[in-house]
Amino acid sequence: MIAKERSPGDHGLAVAFDGIVKRFGPVEVLHGVSFALEPGRVYGLLGENGAGKSTLMKILAGYEQPSEGRVLVGGEPVAFAGSRDAEKRGIVLIHQEFNLAEDLSIAGNIFLGHERRSGWFLDEAMMRREAAAALQQVGLERVPDTPVRQLIVAEKQLVEIAKALSRKARLLIMDEPTATLTPSEVSRLFSLIERMRADGVTVVYISHKLDEVERITDEVIVMRDGKLVGRAPTASLSRHDMATMMVGREIADLFPVKEAFDAAAPPALAVENFSVPGWAQDISFAVRPGEILGFAGLVGAGRTELFEGILGLRPGGGAVSLSGRLVTLRSLGEATRQGLSYLSEDRKGKGLHVDFPLAPNLTLMALEQYARPWLDHGAERKALARAVDEFGIRTGSLSVKAAALSGGNQQKLALAKVLHPKPRVVVLDEPTRGVDVGAKREIYFLIQRLARQGLAVVVISSELIELIGLAHRVAVMRGGRLVATVAGDELTEEIMIAHATGSRHVAA
Amino acid sequence: MSQPETAAAQAADARRAEAGPSFADRLASFGPVIGLVLLCAAGAGLNSDFATMDNALNVLTRTAFIGIIAVGMCFVIILGGIDLSVGSMAALIAGCVIMFINWAAGAVGSPLLAVMLGAGLAILLGGAFGLIHGVLIAKGRIEPFIVTLGTLGIYRAYLTYFADGGALTLENNLADLYAPAYYGSLLGVPVPVIAFLVVALIGAAILNKTAFGRHVQAIGSNEMVARYAAVDVERVKILTYMLLGICVGIATLFYVPRLGSASPTTGLLWELEAIAAVIVGGAALKGGQGSIIGTVVGAILLSVISNILNLTSLISVYLNAAVQGFVIITVAFLQKGRR
Repeated sequence: MIAKERSPGDHGLAVAFDGIVKRFGPVEVLHGVSFALEPGRVYGLLGENGAGKSTLMKILAGYEQPSEGRVLVGGEPVAFAGSRDAEKRGIVLIHQEFNLAEDLSIAGNIFLGHERRSGWFLDEAMMRREAAAALQQVGLERVPDTPVRQLIVAEKQLVEIAKALSRKARLLIMDEPTATLTPSEVSRLFSLIERMRADGVTVVYISHKLDEVERITDEVIVMRDGKLVGRAPTASLSRHDMATMMVGREIADLFPVKEAFDAAAPPALAVENFSVPGWAQDISFAVRPGEILGFAGLVGAGRTELFEGILGLRPGGGAVSLSGRLVTLRSLGEATRQGLSYLSEDRKGKGLHVDFPLAPNLTLMALEQYARPWLDHGAERKALARAVDEFGIRTGSLSVKAAALSGGNQQKLALAKVLHPKPRVVVLDEPTRGVDVGAKREIYFLIQRLARQGLAVVVISSELIELIGLAHRVAVMRGGRLVATVAGDELTEEIMIAHATGSRHVAA
Repeated sequence: MSQPETAAAQAADARRAEAGPSFADRLASFGPVIGLVLLCAAGAGLNSDFATMDNALNVLTRTAFIGIIAVGMCFVIILGGIDLSVGSMAALIAGCVIMFINWAAGAVGSPLLAVMLGAGLAILLGGAFGLIHGVLIAKGRIEPFIVTLGTLGIYRAYLTYFADGGALTLENNLADLYAPAYYGSLLGVPVPVIAFLVVALIGAAILNKTAFGRHVQAIGSNEMVARYAAVDVERVKILTYMLLGICVGIATLFYVPRLGSASPTTGLLWELEAIAAVIVGGAALKGGQGSIIGTVVGAILLSVISNILNLTSLISVYLNAAVQGFVIITVAFLQKGRR
């Protein structure tokens, strides 16, 4: 339908970056990136968090402007003042978090900002017709009048793509499109991408999931620390090659050597038949002092929700024992007092007060130690100085706000904070999200040191490499159930993915 | 799911925070003090009666009621909440206290005891009203704006009902007995001013030197982070609204002897003056930031403005509220840059 309006020649779009530099204030995040994209190919753009790939794509899609360098579209330099300019040239970015107005209908969203009019009024009938055609093209069987609020995540993803197609996208950028999709939805998305490629559309596919990159892309482009570090045809690379290029060193160097723990010791945390309504059913596991237990699973498998239930942050039920004693944890406060601590996956939203200085962040969970009854600011400062040493938090001054720290150092501060009440068990939810490779390595060694000191550690992570490198055992959850616990030789990406998705063919 | 913050946002944050307290920040934190000094200088230049001890004590006495309430309001605003009902609450408390004292003087036999019990009742009622607000907001999860908008109407309507549309008046002998609480002074300083000072000092100590104060700031700055740091958010919220209620009770107990009566116009628009004092004092209405000293200065600044208008003929007294309004908007505009 939409394809018909174009002549076959102008489907894809050739794009080139020429020495792109991007600075935010004094911080340079892109240091002269140059490469070209040919029309009608699917590119995998790889890189760790903070490598600069999202910033580069925002420049291409007009959301940001380069500080230096040029973007060339079809050979001619362009300067997009906003995303509308880029859309006019057929460049559309689908954000990781969808830009959909939840209360509007599918059609309303598809034409948001590009409404069809007849005279002074909206031409609803025409928009509905065109939206229906776009939905058919992406394979979404929904009435265009359906409010977006009623759609599941995968359907919203398809609406975003339909929206992009209706803007006559000739270059489509997808940022982590499968983060919330099930395997069958992923397959559907991939066949859609293949059809777009056949139509001549250029696709830039940003993902952490190397198996997907291997399946769908023609060529892989790798960025690290704001620079292009390599590109190669996908067929010529193994997943291990891709990971090594992203990280910039052998994966094995990232992790400390695993240390043995006393497997006969009584568990520090034992959970039996725990359920969180709507999220987790009948989960049992135990973790011993000195042990690092990983939790793997797809987004939505219920890992975070399970632990929020155990910690008293959401309603749930089951038997929880700490060091052999049955406890009832009705609130996070009780959990903390009983020696169970939790680091949230959402550092900015739930982890740190970024507007506060460092010391109040560090001591917030153990403030009663400093109130006798008046708060002892001197003791808080001393505690901060100790934590900065112990956790390797790099900061210019001890009196800056937490927002002044880099992502990795913020994360170390957040770790220091949840460990400040001296727990016996700590649950770390995505402990290295949004930090650079160097800080990741430091955090891994830190976790290892904590375990060696006798702390029982639970690590929830979406990065399988991390769990393989760090954990003694990994529990895999799928659809709210604990489907397997793997250890030793079974600790491989293939086996964990197979358990997490429940589909053996992925592992092949 | 939550995407790690983009490099852009991170860099922007770093830029803002790296500088630490910038010149503009420091200027803004002294802004209210500088404003007050300039205003006083202007007042002294315009009218020779302004810079006298009598006038200063007069201004401070008039500030005391709003000031005491503003100290409590400061906590609520730092918490990220609001209380629109304080004026009506003060009126209802005043009415209840007057009815109680009139009744108790006969019932307990000792007029002095009746007055003292009445003063205690003011604080008790304030705490109870605050508790109701806190429970509705924290446990009932209703917006503070809505809860206190509702009670704003409820409290004043009940006072009007009790007063039968007129005024509730303290019996003469009892009013004389109660009078020193407003008209009395200690070492030349009027009692309400002393009360204001004591409340402000205790408030500052609670805010800056207790775990509770830190928790209030933590919740106002980011409630989710506070919740995930095992702060008992509900309890802190309830206590904060109770603290404001108690401040209203204290303010009322010193206000009752001033006129010895309560009418439907008692405490009218006090909520706006108290909120204005907190904001002029540098607090952010979105929560997380604010100081007791700033609030005290803000409250004094607002009453100095009306005092100057009263003493000079530069601007009509009728425009008092307008001038205060301009000041509030100007202050908010000046503060805009630093958040």
